[in-house]
Amino acid sequence: MIRIISILVGLFFTVALAWSFGNGAYQQITEPPPVTAEHEFHRHPKEVHFASDGAFGKFDRQQLQRGFQVYKEVCSACHSLSHVAFRDLTQLGYSDPEVKAIAKGFQVPGIDPNTGEDAMRPGMPTDYFPKPFANDIAARAANNNAVPPDLSLMTKARHDGPAYVYSLLTGYQAQPAALLKEFPDAKTPNGLHYNPYFANLNLAMPPPLTSTGQVSYGDGTKATVDQMAKDVSAFLVWTAEPKLEKRKQTGWPVLGFLLFATILGYMSYKNIWYEKKKHKA
Amino acid sequence: MSFPWAQQYKPVNPFMRWMDEKLPLPRLVYNSLGAGYPVPRNLNYFWNFGILAGLCLGLQIVTGIILAMHYAANAGVAFDSVEHIMRDVNWGWMLRYAHANGASAFFVVIYIHIFRGFFYGSYKAPREMVWLLGVTIFLLMMATAFMGYVLPWGQMSFWGAKVITGLFSAIPLVGDPLQQWLLGGFAPDNAALNRFFSLHYLLPFVIAGVVILHIWALHIPGSSNPTGVEVKSESDTVPFYPYFVAKDGWAVGAFAFLYCLVLFFFPNSLGHPDNYIPANPMSTPAHIVPEWYFWPFYAILRAFTADFFFIPAKLMGVLAMFSAILVWFFMPWLDRSPVRSGAYRPLYRKFFWVLVLDALVLGYCGGAPAAEPYVMISQIAAIYYFAHFLIIVPIVSAIERPDPLPTSITEAVLGKDENVPLMASPTAPFPGTQHSNA
Ligand code: HEC
Ligand code: HEM
Repeated sequence: MIRIISILVGLFFTVALAWSFGNGAYQQITEPPPVTAEHEFHRHPKEVHFASDGAFGKFDRQQLQRGFQVYKEVCSACHSLSHVAFRDLTQLGYSDPEVKAIAKGFQVPGIDPNTGEDAMRPGMPTDYFPKPFANDIAARAANNNAVPPDLSLMTKARHDGPAYVYSLLTGYQAQPAALLKEFPDAKTPNGLHYNPYFANLNLAMPPPLTSTGQVSYGDGTKATVDQMAKDVSAFLVWTAEPKLEKRKQTGWPVLGFLLFATILGYMSYKNIWYEKKKHKA
Repeated sequence: MSFPWAQQYKPVNPFMRWMDEKLPLPRLVYNSLGAGYPVPRNLNYFWNFGILAGLCLGLQIVTGIILAMHYAANAGVAFDSVEHIMRDVNWGWMLRYAHANGASAFFVVIYIHIFRGFFYGSYKAPREMVWLLGVTIFLLMMATAFMGYVLPWGQMSFWGAKVITGLFSAIPLVGDPLQQWLLGGFAPDNAALNRFFSLHYLLPFVIAGVVILHIWALHIPGSSNPTGVEVKSESDTVPFYPYFVAKDGWAVGAFAFLYCLVLFFFPNSLGHPDNYIPANPMSTPAHIVPEWYFWPFYAILRAFTADFFFIPAKLMGVLAMFSAILVWFFMPWLDRSPVRSGAYRPLYRKFFWVLVLDALVLGYCGGAPAAEPYVMISQIAAIYYFAHFLIIVPIVSAIERPDPLPTSITEAVLGKDENVPLMASPTAPFPGTQHSNA
């Protein structure tokens, strides 16, 4: 009895699935889904390497400082970095007085000590990076109806994060003629910018890095667009996971210990079972 | 417990004797994880996964309780509190990665544990109750994992919660009010987040309770084994301590090694990047996908794309998704073969491997975008899935001619004529330690 019911239930599901399959197949043949410009012209991130990659990877602090400079001088005009506090910058190799000075250079929201009203005051190491816009509406109004996302977690929030940010920053180009020929409706709308690394090919961020020397690096590194893009991507790897180095450094002794313990465990297992296994034919 | 030759607990220390009279906890441990539990001597490594599952549960509870000390279940700050754990709490990053990857490890282990059951017929009499409790544990685990994933309040948390609770809206008549009741609103928000946190904290302890029942039920007949032939004499078994303590011990080490490899070097590889974007009800992610361990069932859900007579496609999908797990409950009665182990069932064994492949294909399609060819592939794979459990298993178990079984476990291990006594005597030290100091 239970087997008859079971087979009937089984037939119910399999026939319903076959019905769905048939419908889907029919639709595929009669009206195949249109090919889209995104499908044809979207590109995967370029290949880049960072000092923090790999199992032994460590941050290149010089590079992080350069990347921070790019963020401060370029990106911070539009993007917040809300999970990072000024005090965290000591991890980039800045001294306490340097961090104090950096913090002072930013105006953060505070309260007027005399009137109790909202007022701006210079930042302190315990403050977090201030937001460039008061709210999303202000951000949209200034950016062609798009909100510049917070950058703290950007390299974890996209597939292949660091390479993606680097590719996006260096990937702006004129819309290919082939695209316009194939998809005349897909012309980049006014105020947006063509970039094949962006998911839907057109984004509201104008190319932020445009010319060599846009920032002047203190350590003598030549500030090409490519270099700045790499540096700021490296910096955003750090902002997304300041504990990355510690994680890898902790991992090795943990694995070493576990390997040792496992080998010991295996040997004692062999030892204990010795008599039992000896007679195996 | 179960066999007459099981060793008896004999407290020597006066305190333990006193304890044994008042509350025989040491005896309980001795009889379930000690020398008092005789276990088939031929268990292979697939029998280590039960202990590993218990370990995972413990790990999740410990890391989870500490995380809960720093986490704030409020839609306004939940995301930030998780980042606070990652950045400012001492070793917080390790705890969080341990808990997130611990869930994945738990599911890897439990899927192997369940498929061990399918292959070796562990669900059959007299262990039906063990199996039923096991499937119950699995359902509770899925609920726990789903609600846990909502807690960081990222984009996938929010949209996952929306899609999964939205499934209830497919139920005719009561669907929409039911969904609103579950969420405490029209969309996931503070009310939903708070109740999910509360339940996510509760359910692991419910699971722990069912695990105790699961093991209790197991210890009545005792463990099965790869031959599926029941234990007949003392030479078929070895005491759990030291033999399986040693074997489980090194398996735990190997498991911990692999787990820590992921935890410390690839901690985000099993997660979705979108969950590092704060939840935003105004912006739908391009592809909403659950965590990998739900993918096979998610593929089944999405495989129903056309209404079936008067049943809407969505309702069919929901019915099928839940049925895909519920059919497991019926395995002990669908499979009527007198032979337990797949090792002696040539036909069943082939279909078992097709099922493994089928589950992997479903998993792959469930993680892929809901577009062709993935939908059509999942339709075919889902057809096999239901056919396997509901049609093939009952028929195969009726028509198959099994291979000859060994007469006993001892024979299977040692060959026909050799019959070496296993325990020299219960009081002698176990053989392996004779040449060591311990
Ligand atoms: C003039 C303002 C402006 C500046 C300066 C700027 N951005 Fe943006 N950025 C935007 C806007 C607006 C968006 C949102 C684009 C969209 O969604 O169409 C954006 C988006 C992004 C994204 C996310 C793209 C995605 O996948 O969603 C990244 C990464 C990014 N910016 C990095 C940077 C970096 C790094 C800098 C500094 C070198 C920078 N931006 C400077 C306005 C700016
Ligand atoms: C929290 C999750 C679980 C824990 C901690 C757990 C623990 C255990 C342990 C310790 C054993 C004995 C050792 C072994 O045979 O591997 C066991 C056996 C078993 N488990 Fe589980 N289990 C869990 C979930 C499940 C699930 C989800 C199922 C099936 C759907 C299941 C089915 C079984 C069966 C059938 C046995 C008996 C196998 C035999 O004796 O041959 N378990 N479990």
